[in-house]
Amino acid sequence: MDILYAIIPPRVLSQILVGLSRTTILFIVSSGLSLILGVLRIPNIAHGSLYMIGAFMAYSLSIFFGGGDLGFWMALIGAPLGVAIVSLVAERGLFQYLYEREHLMLLLLTFAFSLVFGDLVKIVWGTEYKSVPVPQMFQGFVNLFGGLPFPLYNLFLLIVGPIVAVALWFIVNKTKIGKIARAAAVDREMVGAVGINVSWVFAIVFVIGCLLAGLGGVLVAPTVSVTLGMDHTLIMEAFLIVIMGGLGNIWGALLGALIFGLAQSLGILIWSQFGIIFPYAAVIIVLLFRPTGLLRATW
Amino acid sequence: MLDVKGIHTYYGLSHILFDVSLTVSKGEVVGLLGRNGAGKSTTMRSIMGLTPPKEGSISFNGDNITGQKPYLLFRKGIGYVPDDRRVFADLSVDDNLEIVHNRKTDWNKERVYELFPALSEIKTRRAGNLSGGEQQMLTIARALMGSPELLLLDEPTEGLAPLIVRDLEEQILKLKDAGISILLSEQNVRSALKMISRAYVIDNGSIRFAGTVSELEANDEVKKKYLMV
Repeated sequence: MDILYAIIPPRVLSQILVGLSRTTILFIVSSGLSLILGVLRIPNIAHGSLYMIGAFMAYSLSIFFGGGDLGFWMALIGAPLGVAIVSLVAERGLFQYLYEREHLMLLLLTFAFSLVFGDLVKIVWGTEYKSVPVPQMFQGFVNLFGGLPFPLYNLFLLIVGPIVAVALWFIVNKTKIGKIARAAAVDREMVGAVGINVSWVFAIVFVIGCLLAGLGGVLVAPTVSVTLGMDHTLIMEAFLIVIMGGLGNIWGALLGALIFGLAQSLGILIWSQFGIIFPYAAVIIVLLFRPTGLLRATW
Repeated sequence: MLDVKGIHTYYGLSHILFDVSLTVSKGEVVGLLGRNGAGKSTTMRSIMGLTPPKEGSISFNGDNITGQKPYLLFRKGIGYVPDDRRVFADLSVDDNLEIVHNRKTDWNKERVYELFPALSEIKTRRAGNLSGGEQQMLTIARALMGSPELLLLDEPTEGLAPLIVRDLEEQILKLKDAGISILLSEQNVRSALKMISRAYVIDNGSIRFAGTVSELEANDEVKKKYLMV
């Protein structure tokens, strides 16, 4: 360990872990955005709203189940499902009629949706800050790297990230619906011409993507104050990550989230007052050299 | 089995097909011959519901299928092989076959691979990396996975080397022997004549000739004017 510390100081190591736990949230949300962008070709600005709704639902569910560990686990399962139902209604009720429209139109429509969702959240949950407690079992710190304390909950996030990535890899590459979605991303007309009801495939993909937004919202809830407007920052970051990684490429979203999250956490070490500019600078640098993103875009 | 009656098809505002009528009976291989841009592909797309006609009607096995969604037509037993191949480039050969909707089990992967042994050797390859001939086999194999009663083959030999064309002709004749009706569109008249029993000649979106192969062969005017042979 001492050799490791000589190369990378413990302070930096610990900050890398902080960055990676941020990456987890960013990856989960942006992979959903990228999935929808790649298969359905919808630049869904309302994706951030679904993340926010996920966080608010997590608050309500956690209160409903007594605020303890049970509340957290129920929120972790229930809130993404709640978001999935909201998105299914939106898709069947509206989006399914608009897939052939041009992107600018879809951009405006989903932007309008984000405003509507924002107001709905205000009506249902009010304007005060909400906080979701960190579950008992993840409270406290562990001492890592020469005794620097690291929050247990962040460690939990570091475990969830890879699980979601593997699950997503499995769905996309090994299941029939994933294979159909990959085919439809490139040629939806031909997928219809081999007997597949593309409309329902799109609905399922849309719901999976939105479910990921909801999951991101639940996971972030104990680490931030749940508030109106939390969707705006995130949707901007998520879009930058997706663009940086390659539009529609889920692994690009993973790579983009890694760069964004690490630039954020390490930037604070380098220049703490202006730490926030580092991830954006990283985006600019990446796009200067790879204007279409790091990995192959499906667009 | 297939009865197309007086269809008019448009791309946006431009009128492409004018009063096209044709029939395909059970077990028959019918040619739709014509030059590039004559309206062959549009006729195929109209039948498959990809570019539905604005006027006229199409019936299949006695059901009126005009304006029905392509995926429903596939499930009724119409297989479509587009002229520009359009394999699912991102998927493996095997997955290209696997995702197809199985309406019956007449055809399955084993039987398809038996017909196209070359494909079974490259099951795991990414479809986008295949040669033109392999992609063409794959699109036919893919359509067969739905156990079609009618196959719409849009210029299957286009752009392929003569040796591969000969293989493909043999395989198409095997499909005929298996009892599948085929509507085959071709520019390559010489190749088509080996497979078909009747032909329609299309030009500028209208049917100019309909008859048996021997009638077509005897008709020098049609051959010279529309087929350039």
